Amino acid sequence: MFLANARVNAETLKRVARNARLNLSDDEVREFLPQLNEVLEKFSVLGKMKVEKVKPSFQPVELSNVLREDNALECLTQEEALSNTKHKKYGYFRGPKIIQ
Amino acid sequence: MDAFRFAKESQGKGFSVEHHTAKVLEKSEKLNKRFHHLKLISSDYAVKRSKELDRQGKRSGRLFGLPVSVKDCLCIKGIESTAGSKILSGYLPVSTATAVKKLEEEGAVVIAKTAQDEFGFGTFSTNILEQKIPLNPFDLERSCGGSSGGSAGFTAVADFPHVSVGESTGGSIACPASFCGVVGLTPSYGRVSRHGLIDYANSLDKIGAIAKTVREAALLLELMSGKDEKDSTSLPAEAEKLSELNGTDAKKLRVGVVKEFFGAGISSGVSKVAWNAIKQLESEGARVEEVSLPLNAKFGIAAYYLIALSEASTNLARYCGMRYGVHEKLEGNFDEYFSMVRSKNFSKESKRRIILGTFARMAGFRGAYYVRAMKARTKLVEEFRKAFKSFTVLAHPTMPLVAPKFSEIEKLSPLQYSMDLCTVPANLAGLPHISVNAGKSSGMPVGLMFSADHLHEKNVVSAAAALEAVVA
Repeated sequence: MFLANARVNAETLKRVARNARLNLSDDEVREFLPQLNEVLEKFSVLGKMKVEKVKPSFQPVELSNVLREDNALECLTQEEALSNTKHKKYGYFRGPKIIQ
Repeated sequence: MDAFRFAKESQGKGFSVEHHTAKVLEKSEKLNKRFHHLKLISSDYAVKRSKELDRQGKRSGRLFGLPVSVKDCLCIKGIESTAGSKILSGYLPVSTATAVKKLEEEGAVVIAKTAQDEFGFGTFSTNILEQKIPLNPFDLERSCGGSSGGSAGFTAVADFPHVSVGESTGGSIACPASFCGVVGLTPSYGRVSRHGLIDYANSLDKIGAIAKTVREAALLLELMSGKDEKDSTSLPAEAEKLSELNGTDAKKLRVGVVKEFFGAGISSGVSKVAWNAIKQLESEGARVEEVSLPLNAKFGIAAYYLIALSEASTNLARYCGMRYGVHEKLEGNFDEYFSMVRSKNFSKESKRRIILGTFARMAGFRGAYYVRAMKARTKLVEEFRKAFKSFTVLAHPTMPLVAPKFSEIEKLSPLQYSMDLCTVPANLAGLPHISVNAGKSSGMPVGLMFSADHLHEKNVVSAAAALEAVVA
């Protein structure tokens, strides 16, 4: 897709929101849709940059792999890991249903 | 009294850190009632810490007993840390961010968490949900800037030795420093460990320093720097002795004045103050020439926001009401529960940014947006590198305008990302930069920003110290 042609409709917006686990109200869809298109139009300027043979920079500086010996080190205790949740049982996190 | 003199005095036998801290906490309460810079004042934590310092046999540490405030997005063990968000309400970290830990090892006393835009999403510290909006020290009807607005505002009003830890993704240290007339020093990406930082965008976030003077900001950064095995992106480069630099020798400076950041979109008052400051440096012996960064000026904001929002949308995926922060009644299946928690507790700005970032990474759009922005970054970094072959620092106004009034901000579209025009390029490229006060326009402070090549923090500190000497 060429950036300059990108326009999002309400259906695409709702699909994106679903992927991001957000429920949008009808009012929010009406509000966000023109805003999303306005921003995409501004971002479309990037379509004018010649980048075909350029390598992407996923970090601003060059990084190298960081390795260490595969030894067990100190980590969070079970008590610490669970200290911020109300949803716990038998020493585990208690989550919503996965299978109905 | 600055932090250096304070640390010397506080190490004397007759000095009570506990007594001093109590006075500072009382003053902070009063200041906060007026300015709202602090999200919370960590009184119990600070008192406990000050007693420990008084009990120490050996009174040493370069920040011994010094009150330090910390932006809310940095975790401190046992102190609520929410990055200004509702969805992390009640979160009590089980460990302290490496940067803060290093300061505490030097004797710092954390007195408060500072107000910020939710997750750093904002330029004015007005995207604040859970407390009153921080006010500019020079005019209570104006913004402190964002997103480290509380840190900069509080640094300006604190009438006691104090420094603050800020964080910048696209200009969140430089912007509020400029609006509040203080110094904001952002390091190279990777110079300071991000362990314990509540992320906005992993490849852009940098923890830095806010202080009244360049030397104090330099000291704070020097002490926070260094490789950390808990952050694989922290760089092995040795921490520079920034606070020991003699920065007043302007003759060694080769200043590239970025012409695009004095042009369209920059207020004439701001341009004038910034140019005057640069001329003063020139008269002190600095070599000054214009330089052009056409690619950064044209593509910087688009590339930055695509990367920042893409990374933010993945970082914010972890907030789902299960392990920390806000919890709701467990109802429905996992999709329904997570969606309900997130829809209810993210602000509109967060939702907008998550949606934009998710869109940019989705199948069919990823190459056109996300990957293209990453490729653009390569070219934008190259453009900077080329400029740094001729100049030790680049200079331009930090912000295109002085701190706006809240009534003016209300009239702006929520998508005013162009306000970050001047700060975004250096942040996108991970370059060290500093904002230092250059004077006033219409009674409000104007910051001048210096940036330098990766890991050349000493260049921006020297330039800012030279300017500070002639402007002060």
